[in-house]
Amino acid sequence: MNAARRRKQSLLRWFVLVPLGAFFLLPLYAMLEFTTRSADGRTAEVWTTLLDWRQIQEDYPELSAGVVYSLEQAALTAVLMLVLLVPTMVWVRLRLPWLRRPLEFLCLLPLTIPAIVLVVGLAPVYAWVTYFVGGSSLTLTFAYVVLVLPFAYRALDAGLAAIDVKTLSEAARSLGAGWGTVLWRVVLPNIRSAVLSAAFLSVALVLGEFTIAALLNRENLQVAINLLGKSSATISVAVSLVSLVLAFVLLFALSFVGGRRRSKETS
Amino acid sequence: MTAEAVADLRRDGVEVALAGLRRTFGTVHALDGLDLTLAPGELVALLGPSGCGKTTALRVLAGLEDADAGTVTVGGKDLTRVPANKRNMGMVFQAYSLFPHLTAVENVAFGLRLRKAGAAERRTRAAEALELVGLSAQADRYPHEMSGGQQQRVALARALAIRPAVLLLDEPLSALDAKVRVQLRDEIRRIQLEVGTTTLFVTHDQEEALAVADRVGVMRAGNLEQIASPEEVYARPATAFVAEFVGLSNRLPGVVAAGGTVEVLGQVLPLADADAAARGTAVTTYVRPEAVEVAVDSASPARVVAAAFLGSSSRVTVALPGGETILAQVPSAAVSELAPGTGVRVEFARTPVAVSPA
Amino acid sequence: MVPFGAYLVVFLIIPTLVVVIGAFGASPEDGGGATLENIRALGDRQVLDAFVFSISLSAASAIIGAVLGALLAYAVATAKPDGMLRRVVTSACAVLAQFGGVTLAFAFYATIGLTGFVTIYLADHFDANIYSGGVWLFELPGLTLVYTYFQIPLMLIVFLPALDGIRPQWREAAESLGGSTWQYWRLVGGPLLAPAFLGSTLLLFANAFSAYATAAALVSQGAPIVPLQIRNALTSEVLLGQENVGKALALGMVVVVAVVMWLYALLQRRTARWLG
Repeated sequence: MNAARRRKQSLLRWFVLVPLGAFFLLPLYAMLEFTTRSADGRTAEVWTTLLDWRQIQEDYPELSAGVVYSLEQAALTAVLMLVLLVPTMVWVRLRLPWLRRPLEFLCLLPLTIPAIVLVVGLAPVYAWVTYFVGGSSLTLTFAYVVLVLPFAYRALDAGLAAIDVKTLSEAARSLGAGWGTVLWRVVLPNIRSAVLSAAFLSVALVLGEFTIAALLNRENLQVAINLLGKSSATISVAVSLVSLVLAFVLLFALSFVGGRRRSKETS
Repeated sequence: MTAEAVADLRRDGVEVALAGLRRTFGTVHALDGLDLTLAPGELVALLGPSGCGKTTALRVLAGLEDADAGTVTVGGKDLTRVPANKRNMGMVFQAYSLFPHLTAVENVAFGLRLRKAGAAERRTRAAEALELVGLSAQADRYPHEMSGGQQQRVALARALAIRPAVLLLDEPLSALDAKVRVQLRDEIRRIQLEVGTTTLFVTHDQEEALAVADRVGVMRAGNLEQIASPEEVYARPATAFVAEFVGLSNRLPGVVAAGGTVEVLGQVLPLADADAAARGTAVTTYVRPEAVEVAVDSASPARVVAAAFLGSSSRVTVALPGGETILAQVPSAAVSELAPGTGVRVEFARTPVAVSPA
Repeated sequence: MVPFGAYLVVFLIIPTLVVVIGAFGASPEDGGGATLENIRALGDRQVLDAFVFSISLSAASAIIGAVLGALLAYAVATAKPDGMLRRVVTSACAVLAQFGGVTLAFAFYATIGLTGFVTIYLADHFDANIYSGGVWLFELPGLTLVYTYFQIPLMLIVFLPALDGIRPQWREAAESLGGSTWQYWRLVGGPLLAPAFLGSTLLLFANAFSAYATAAALVSQGAPIVPLQIRNALTSEVLLGQENVGKALALGMVVVVAVVMWLYALLQRRTARWLG
């Protein structure tokens, strides 16, 4: 590609990026501005409050509870998703290849079923769940695993496709490894970036989930923010901003994990 | 391949001249003052390892990349500043040549469509081009329904349909199976001779280059090491690099002697380049396996180490008393006598050899 | 395999069945049993309005999001493959596409809400009251604006792989055969990307149609879109025994989304064949 075309492309790029960039950064800036308003100028009061965890627990108990619940849900969802999906996917690849299409369909199904619809159907199921395990907000994990299935499946599928699972597992088995060892010591280390990707995506999704939590009357971060918005707009806007920025940092870091693997392969 | 098809696509070849081409990427000199002229109707193969600049040279000629310095002249016209889409050159890529959403005949007619040819003319010319490459039956197939070899043939037809001034082939066979590669390269050569277009063929496979080209240019680090007919490049390599890159070579220690010769293992051989080094210099000599003759001689200290049956001929590895091993090519009929451990006498044929300072 | 299967049955299949069957079931007061009452209720003025509104909102935000998102994707695709720009933009888009809902609602409050930054800025500097014609933030124009905020990022995520699948050889072949930039896009690039673009737009439509959180956080009065109608039916704000109507609504949503996704799958196959 010659110099003239490269210059033209560069120009177009900036022509697109600048207005769109402004469009996307404006609300973020507005949020920052909003949260630092005071009677006579700027104040960082809201932000200093945010940084003091104990004060949050005092003044905004629902918020602190919501944060804690969300973090726990995120962690549990990621773990449960991995525990359920990785062995199943490996097994299907190795022993039950005819199940691959159905499995893919099932895992991508949640994409077609809007969360709002899922909630309608989950209500009676959760009545049972409450009966057996109690009404804690942590039980949302079960529903969340279903929600993250499409994204996790795609990430793990890409990872498993990149390594030759069949050959690796046969080699390990011929050397005497049991299935647990094969999974834990042979497969998992080789799909590390896919696992991390699936985990990060799950975490991002769980932290941003609102619909199911709200309609099943459970607590999580977004529900808390929404509730708080009715009483104290500034804090909720501040927390929203923080959660957006943190999620960005999380996924930005993830892009390097994947990238490092790529460069290793080409060297 | 009908006579009309060929007649319609034939054109008089033009001369192509690349002069003083330079192209630098950061600290890498992709092209380092390259001078290359192709005679009208000639097929020149650019041969070399990856990174030697052969593809860059082709792309500069095509206009897909700009050179930092130098000129490109085709048929007497200076095309250096002319954009790629005005150069009237046909190009075949290594992979992803064809447009996936068009059938074979639509692909071939693409260039004609761009030139605003009428539907009838497009149809006839495209059909002729497909017939030239032997794929008339596949006209309505899509690329993903064809094999790799077929796709490349359609790509060739597409390039020729516009009756280009120059035909550019960028490693067209590298992505194909070995057997298809051999078949297709002969076909490409045959078509090129029929149509008469000046052609530049880039490859890293030396057997390919030797088989199809009128002249072979061996490149390294942005410039030509040697450009000559295939026989000459093979038999009289100008530099050590060419001797090693093209065909197999034995590297043996020797000393330059009088009268443009070199003494190797007690035998005197003529030098390919009489002025390569001063008399008395210690050099590394490059001897081809087919120039090495072995005969059974139980009294000789040299011994057969291994023998590899390669079909029509065989290759024998011999350990010399001095510690070196040497490869010799022998007819397969003789190899049964040369079991590992047999004593053999080694002699060199008096073909000229290349040397480099030791 | 078995534990996974069991898990899916409980938390995915059963809820789906509940919705499908429930949509055809009468409420307990009316004696139970199968009925088409709930489906008929979908013909209600209010419900129809909600469907129309939902579809309009989804279509508008999908088309705007698709066009702007495609441009953004093009800008990213032509940048360095491993460079900063691509990383930053793709990560940001991954966040915004997922996060939606509550955080976005508050972001927009802060920007163009009644006391938002832009509102005040415009009032102070240009004497312009953007709400002089009524508070449009919670109606179609406002919601469309908010929805595009997560539609554009989603478009980038979904469309970028297709752009990456465009091989440079096609452009170069078109060029060496004599084509100009315009001819390349009209005859090669455009046709190749068309299925991917259409498919992505459909996906955006389905995404907007299913969205609940954003509207729930922004709209305080009434239920202009279908998901909010479902909420009302579930929480029985309006009438008791409306649960099964909620299920019918949910079924209606599933039908719309399923049709859209099926079309998307068809287009995807072509995209995968050409650009995969």
